[in-house]
Amino acid sequence: MKTGLMNSTCSSSQSVKQCPLSQNVANSERVLSLLGGGGLLLMGLRRGSGAGLLGVAAGASLLYRGWTGHCHLYEGLGINTADSQRKRPGVPAHQGSKVNSALHINRDRQEIYDFWRKLENLPQIMQHLESVTMLDEKRSEWVARAPLGKTLQWEAEIITDKPGEVIAWQSLPGSQVDTAGSVHFKDSSTGAGTEFVVSIMYNPPGGQIVTQIAHLLGQDLQAELNQDLREFKQLLEAGEIATNAIAPEPGQIQKPVMSDLKVVKS
Amino acid sequence: MRAVSWHGKEDIRVETFPDPQIVNPRDAIVKVSLTAICGSDLHLYTGRIPTMQAGDILGHEFMGEVVAVGHEVTNLKIGDRVVVPFTISCGGCYFCKHDLWSLCDNSNPNAWMVEKLYGHSPSGLFGYSHMLGGYAGGQAEYVRVPFADVGPITVPEGLSDEQVLFLSDIFPTGYMAAENCQIREGDTVAVWGCGPVGLFAIWSAYKLGAGKVIAIDRFPERLKLAREYCKAKTLNYEEVDVFTMLQELTGGRGPDSCIDAVGSEAHGTTLDAWYDLAAEKLMLETDRGHVLRQVIHSCRKGGTISIPGVYGGFLDKVPIGAAFGKGLQLRMGQTHVHRYLPRLLEFIREGELDPSFLITHRSSLEQAADMYRIFEQKQDECIKVVLQT
Repeated sequence: MKTGLMNSTCSSSQSVKQCPLSQNVANSERVLSLLGGGGLLLMGLRRGSGAGLLGVAAGASLLYRGWTGHCHLYEGLGINTADSQRKRPGVPAHQGSKVNSALHINRDRQEIYDFWRKLENLPQIMQHLESVTMLDEKRSEWVARAPLGKTLQWEAEIITDKPGEVIAWQSLPGSQVDTAGSVHFKDSSTGAGTEFVVSIMYNPPGGQIVTQIAHLLGQDLQAELNQDLREFKQLLEAGEIATNAIAPEPGQIQKPVMSDLKVVKS
Repeated sequence: MRAVSWHGKEDIRVETFPDPQIVNPRDAIVKVSLTAICGSDLHLYTGRIPTMQAGDILGHEFMGEVVAVGHEVTNLKIGDRVVVPFTISCGGCYFCKHDLWSLCDNSNPNAWMVEKLYGHSPSGLFGYSHMLGGYAGGQAEYVRVPFADVGPITVPEGLSDEQVLFLSDIFPTGYMAAENCQIREGDTVAVWGCGPVGLFAIWSAYKLGAGKVIAIDRFPERLKLAREYCKAKTLNYEEVDVFTMLQELTGGRGPDSCIDAVGSEAHGTTLDAWYDLAAEKLMLETDRGHVLRQVIHSCRKGGTISIPGVYGGFLDKVPIGAAFGKGLQLRMGQTHVHRYLPRLLEFIREGELDPSFLITHRSSLEQAADMYRIFEQKQDECIKVVLQT
């Protein structure tokens, strides 16, 4: 029972011959099928009448559906609830957490856009990112720091790109973490500079509970994002990140200054 | 190096600290020659400003000699004598570009702390709590000065340290307080508090065209300076009813502008002053509002209130109805020191004012703890203390 539920009965790498019945029922539905089927079967057996026999049949088929994860009815109708759950990109509606940060940067809109469009630049200013590697013009591989020294990895793709205005991206199916984000750039209403809004949504494996544990462990993505963007703004406007240190501390990583930024350009 | 450090309420020590060094490219290191204890340092001394930590180096009024510069600082060279503004400003953000230097976006590394309380963060300050930057202050032998290419002003030959030191804070603070009054020729200005900022505000109000300045305090030595050096009409609030006197002196109209140069530790003799003391003990308010209430009550209709006195948090029983009903304008905030430096240095150079007139106590850095106590308790007719390193 355990193996049947925890692992999909048939991975995509296996051939059709080895695995004639591919899973087309979502795991949550399989649990319900097993419970409902078991109940119907027991009730049917106790009654023993014609209606009872029908119950036994229905219960048995539900048990089968739950056990194998395959539903013939779904197959006939072309429904696959298992796939739709595994292949959704980005963050499903009403799930995950969203963080948002808006600020004014006294620099040219295009200049800030260019920096962000090359996603490889981001780990230099975002504490929670370890690396971003562009796989092609749209797709990228992200590695982020997670609580307890772990890392999370996902592939993302740029879904909107209006030069100088907006960049939006979302994780691809099969990612360890569902995430999506966008950056909007607008000329400041006061004349000089750019109004800059970053939104990031993420739904880590384990969902809300993991988010709350991360928060307890001091990994507060909103606070981190605010601080990261504040320091990004300081680099662009002041050329260095303000510090109250009275001496460079040996062995400690120094805050970068503008000339240290290795800006990847297109 | 030796420096004055904070260890808790009324616990000031002089201790040995490591010398500061260049950390960022726009830094300079200044060897302090003269530094002062400011009235607002007393808010730290009495433990009223949150986010102080034991061992923090105090002081935000200081001057000295440049002994090291980062590679981005091209306007200063080693050996220059400079006065350093107490507000730290980057020069590149929206606020610096709009001449609002004390509201700089980029100079407070602990902006997140004060944002929780205020919504937005003002600039970082030297030696004035962690929520305002956590920078080591100037009551020390050496100071690391960030953004040294925009802040410090070079002192011309021929002027003494004592003549220029107060450009770092109290002189521009008094001047901005008067400027905020939007004085028209001949206006009457009332100034509550004849400490150093109040005295500079009186001088500046006349400079900006006031016809009459009325100064209010209770210490005879301060009232004497206001009267004799700054030419103000003075009122001792322990002897007269301030509102009645102000009405008499202005033909029943009230002063055109009122300056609250007292701030959060106001004293008074009326019922509301006792209410403040009780509310503060019960943690119902963080600042005492007695002077601000009297200022709003006394100001003429359509007049201007200017507040250079420091308020920190939450104030109770502010008569907002009176302010609204009388159509008052309220203007306040930390001083945009950078804005005023060249103009005020010129006044000193031309001999229009010698700011050292208010220094009553000179001592060494090592005597700092005694000097804080004497200044706080207004012993020995103390008005202003400077410390030599």
